[in-house]
Amino acid sequence: MITSKCSKLTFSEIKTGSGLQAALKNKPAEVISILADSGMKGRGGAGFPTSTKWRFAAAAKGEEKFVVCNADEGEPGTFKDRVLLCDFADLVFEGMTIGAYAIGAKTGIIYLRGEYTYLVNQLESVLAKRRQANLLGNKICGKEGFDFDIQIRMGSGAYVCGEETALIESLEGQRGEPRNRPPFPVDTGFMGRPTIVNNVETLAWVTAILAKGAAWFKSVGTEKSTGLKLFSVSGDCAEPGVYEFPMGITIAQLLKEVKGEGAKAVQVGGASGHCVAAKDFKRALAFEDVATGGSIIIFGPNRDMLHVAKNFMEFFVEESCGQCTPCREGNHKILEGIEKLEAGTCSMAYLDELCKLGETMQLASKCGLGQSSANAFLSIVANFKDEILGRTEKVAV
Amino acid sequence: MLITEREKMVEDINTWAEQYGRNRSALMPILQEVQKKYYRISDYAMQEIADLLGIHPVEVYGVVSFYSFLDDKPKGKFIIRLCQTISCDMVGKDRVARQLENDLGVGFGQTTADGIFTLEWANCLGMCDQGPAMLVNDQVFTRLTPAKVNEIIDGCRRALSHYATQRKEVHAL
Repeated sequence: MITSKCSKLTFSEIKTGSGLQAALKNKPAEVISILADSGMKGRGGAGFPTSTKWRFAAAAKGEEKFVVCNADEGEPGTFKDRVLLCDFADLVFEGMTIGAYAIGAKTGIIYLRGEYTYLVNQLESVLAKRRQANLLGNKICGKEGFDFDIQIRMGSGAYVCGEETALIESLEGQRGEPRNRPPFPVDTGFMGRPTIVNNVETLAWVTAILAKGAAWFKSVGTEKSTGLKLFSVSGDCAEPGVYEFPMGITIAQLLKEVKGEGAKAVQVGGASGHCVAAKDFKRALAFEDVATGGSIIIFGPNRDMLHVAKNFMEFFVEESCGQCTPCREGNHKILEGIEKLEAGTCSMAYLDELCKLGETMQLASKCGLGQSSANAFLSIVANFKDEILGRTEKVAV
Repeated sequence: MLITEREKMVEDINTWAEQYGRNRSALMPILQEVQKKYYRISDYAMQEIADLLGIHPVEVYGVVSFYSFLDDKPKGKFIIRLCQTISCDMVGKDRVARQLENDLGVGFGQTTADGIFTLEWANCLGMCDQGPAMLVNDQVFTRLTPAKVNEIIDGCRRALSHYATQRKEVHAL
């Protein structure tokens, strides 16, 4: 197994079963209250309070309910979920089990991206061990009426399936095209039933919160972004890898920890995130400032930011599902614009038009992919106009 | 394709349909099994799956054409997918790509004439801290260099000849 360099993670202190046993001492509604008290927001990047999602699903009426773990980690620069699934799969499955108890679900599904097929055997063996230990199956931990099991389903190489409604479509055997929201999955999810879809890291934190308490969790972080967060750090730094930091850490502090000082820009949140230039490195990584699912890509002083923007737009042109016009056409147009900038033939007026197009895509696209695909381009234009305009020759990367 | 091979495939599809259930949500797992064993999902396979699940074959084709890991055209026995996303790009994926093309004699998106290798681009493989990275079927290789590429390709060839002596080859359908 190929392992990433990893700072010491809190997860290594959590004993298997401890979170679940703590949860089962409470009523399902109380479990949700503990989560609400912790203030945890989803670690996938959107930052929706986990407890609210669970409360909706618990209240929704349905013959059966589902817990889905979103392990379709496809955001460029993100690999923390892979590390969690390699080293702490128990905590992730336990978080799903706690979720099942809280909302009253009997079936869990982990949707694993096709690129991570090499993890399947190991995950199956963790599931088998949990079944043996009565942490999955019927009457879990001896609790009468609490039956729950987890199956693994594979993706097949589509980034958009990380969007929760596209993921559900894919589970149902459809093209991974996002649905209109509302209705939300908590109400009408997999097979039209109430479903919670949570990120891998979110579920691992759920287990940690139940094991160590809400007060412990919110003792670090900021008021609006409580707790610790994993960051996937790559790019121009001496020590790339997975790091655990409190929410609210500034970009400058993070760069110091990973030995990436001297960077000219940092892409926060992957291809769909924002490019932050050096002048803004005092900004904080938190939901109220620069929000992120944990992807940090560092660009050293010699990187060509137009090349970076181009790489991201090529990504979105390929990964757009093509369902709605702003995203399908907009990404192409912006990529063509970048090619004009590369050739040095883009006027300021045209660049302004492209930026307006980007803003339209943010407003008019159907799902998170199209709403965020122009972010990187727009923030690079805003920060590096002098670098990208008026080119006379190809800049070395 | 020989009738016996076709029958074998139908038998396989039936087995998978029993295993995953005869409903629409079993479609992806069944398609993934077909792709893995037969290196493609042929029209005949799509028709068979559609019949078993009670849907129109066009619905099956719609799904096959949507996902980049599913294909109706024959693929090589080893699909090499090199990550093209930014972190791998910044640590030299272009040179690895060039050497892959040189050593395989095909470009990206193509399959070698002997049907052994398909070369493709992939988007972020989640190995951003140890790029350049690529997948060979399900296996991941990291910190690639142009020189390492040939070793990996040789490894595949050796694995294939070993495999072929153990089991009768499945021909592209």
